[in-house]
Amino acid sequence: MTPLLRISGLTKAYPGVVANDNVSFDIQPGEVHALLGENGAGKSTLVKAIYGLVHPDSGSMELNGSDYTPKEPRQARAAGVAMVFQHFSLFEALTVGENIALGMENAPETKALSARIRTVSENYGLPLDPDRLVGDLSAGERQRVEIVRCLLQDPKLLVMDEPTSVLTPQEVETLFHTLRKLRDEGTSILYISHKLDEIRQICDHATILRLGKVVGTCTPSEETPKSMAEMMVGTTLTAPKKTAFNPGPVLLEVHNLWLESSDPFGTSLKDVNFSLHAGEVLGIGGVAGNGQDELLLALSGEELVEHDAVHFKGEAMGDKGPNHRRVRGLQTAPEERLGHAAAPDMSLTENALLTAFEREKLTSNGFIQWDATRNFARAIVEKFDVRTPSVNNAAKSLSGGNLQKFVIGREIMQNPDVLVVNQPTWGVDASAAADIRQALLELAAKGAAVLVISQDLDELMEISDTFAVLSEGTLSKVRSAQGVTIEEIGLLMGGTEVSHAPA
Amino acid sequence: MDFSAISPVSLIVSLMIASTPILLAAIGELVVEKSGVLNLGVEGMMIFGAISGFIAAVTSGSPLIGFIGGAAGGALLSVLFIILTQYLMANQVASGLGLTMMGLGLSALLGYSYAGIKPPASAHLDIAGLSDLPVVGPILFSHDIMIYFSIALVAGVWYFLNRTKAGLILRAVGENHDAAHALGYKVIRVRLLAILFGGACAGLGGAYLSLIRVPQWTEGMTTGAGWIALAIVVFGSWKPWRVLIGAYLFGGVTILQLNLQAVGVNIGAAYLSMTPYIITIIVLVVMSADKKRASINAPAMLGRLFHASK
Repeated sequence: MTPLLRISGLTKAYPGVVANDNVSFDIQPGEVHALLGENGAGKSTLVKAIYGLVHPDSGSMELNGSDYTPKEPRQARAAGVAMVFQHFSLFEALTVGENIALGMENAPETKALSARIRTVSENYGLPLDPDRLVGDLSAGERQRVEIVRCLLQDPKLLVMDEPTSVLTPQEVETLFHTLRKLRDEGTSILYISHKLDEIRQICDHATILRLGKVVGTCTPSEETPKSMAEMMVGTTLTAPKKTAFNPGPVLLEVHNLWLESSDPFGTSLKDVNFSLHAGEVLGIGGVAGNGQDELLLALSGEELVEHDAVHFKGEAMGDKGPNHRRVRGLQTAPEERLGHAAAPDMSLTENALLTAFEREKLTSNGFIQWDATRNFARAIVEKFDVRTPSVNNAAKSLSGGNLQKFVIGREIMQNPDVLVVNQPTWGVDASAAADIRQALLELAAKGAAVLVISQDLDELMEISDTFAVLSEGTLSKVRSAQGVTIEEIGLLMGGTEVSHAPA
Repeated sequence: MDFSAISPVSLIVSLMIASTPILLAAIGELVVEKSGVLNLGVEGMMIFGAISGFIAAVTSGSPLIGFIGGAAGGALLSVLFIILTQYLMANQVASGLGLTMMGLGLSALLGYSYAGIKPPASAHLDIAGLSDLPVVGPILFSHDIMIYFSIALVAGVWYFLNRTKAGLILRAVGENHDAAHALGYKVIRVRLLAILFGGACAGLGGAYLSLIRVPQWTEGMTTGAGWIALAIVVFGSWKPWRVLIGAYLFGGVTILQLNLQAVGVNIGAAYLSMTPYIITIIVLVVMSADKKRASINAPAMLGRLFHASK
């Protein structure tokens, strides 16, 4: 049988790094093919080459036996290759219909297109209203927009880059249902994910990349997640060690917290209540965009709330700014590493100074103590195994995982009493993620309290003592993390969404 | 004081003349900003259009060639902005300010020997019967061609942005240039065309000043009209018809206060001169008061640099 897509000897080098090194594999018609690999293994470059966004230095591709060298996405789409991006390539201020029209070669008239969007989306169990603004949609609905946009062009090959990272478990089920239906109709799917459980459920074959090279292939249903992870990393993995949880005194108490979001597409917090004890790791789950960013801003002091809404070690400080809270030991590490947690163009030394100058006494009489600051930055780099040539390098020159280790390490090194982190391992490879989780657990073991906001349920189950879900700005009751099932969490996460989503 | 000296009909006619240069510049800048580019050089492109249009009209003796020359002059200056911001990745704010200063200086240099000359007169619409009607005639049917052109341009821009695929692509580029690039649209090319259009419109507005509104060449004759155009785009929430209202409101209050000064109203001239600015800003702020709607309509990529490698 002629493969649908044959990739032979594809090589693409960027200055200083070979993203793809002589990569070859085949995708058969009507199969779901997984592409596995750590961050930086070259998956994204490879799919961009297939979609015509990147032009390989050497090697060739064949689609249905004939030569395939897309110069731009338009040609790829014309050849029947469609792509759903990892970070949605959607326009928030435009409607669903307009977004879909933008991704099509010959978009029909608005009315005809709306009708087709309704039919196709209903057929595949992904209902969509073409007139709504994308900015008002949930992450799951936004992904539907991307998928429907692809489906309207009857693709032969559908490329999906990390499609489930922002979905609730129920939404993942719906998606898989759609993918199976597509596969049965003869469409091939190239599926990229970190989530090995999902790969085992949905994929027929897998190709594994490490540092730009193909290091193996497997049939996912015959492997365990652990064996596949070890093929990806190339070493054996150990899970972080967790000590038994003995709740200490209450360190942070949040009481009737309301916050109107300042982002037009954000979610306002509605009456959030919880308390955090010494030694506790509280995991807050939920799909992105349900108030996670707002909760972090309210706790860090970037958004001020009612005086009494936030009590830290007995002091009410809801109306106090970030420095006031940091000095007293309430530290935060936001989700966005570049531009929020760290200033991209400033060196690691300067970034270390930014949150630590008071607690680590890095200034005197208003002057920066550069030696002390450099030593502090070096200590973070050393303790948290941050891979960087020196502490004088700009923050943006570090890879995501290394910078994340740095910004979390910077807060932990200041011995906070409460540390709030949002998405601590988002886009971080498996070994760095394990290091970060271990560091958070050690901090809690020393008697601090840790609040972890994350969309990665496996991560929350691994490190949390207690667990709650944020949905549409409301926080569920905090319960013990032991014995919670993924199904229960999924129901909490989806909020009202679940009741009318087709199974 | 004799308020009867102020005739409502001639007031409306002159307010349209006073507003058109700002309207032309603002509608061009609206398209530029919708594509995600902030060009603060409107004032410079206007004045450069004013002198290049003036020179073209005087040399050729044809006002039409004058307007073409004005548009070409504005577009020519915007090419510099394109090179700086789209290819050399220079900061848009600084480049725009530089463009304004350069336009002011260059136009003064070119216009040195043209001061005091009268340009050829522009034709007015004259439809037998219609143009002679009382009230309606002067207000609707006896303007110069450029006034009708400017209103048609507003309608055209509205239609382009809201009803055509090309307009949708332009808005998409201004909303999220990385996503537009990922879909295979040519971000730089879209912006390049938008900036050229904005430059031509600003130049046309300037030429209208020097050929019809004043009509003669004086150094620095735009007197901040380009900045007003920029403000009207923002306070008009990037909507073509609101920009038209804003421009006419500004022009209207300007003319009204001049008339009031002429009939000797007992308010200081300085305060009267302030009123167009204050009233325009108040009205447009009230119109765009709904924070959420206004911020949605604002192009999200406004003023941000795009580089394809990211």
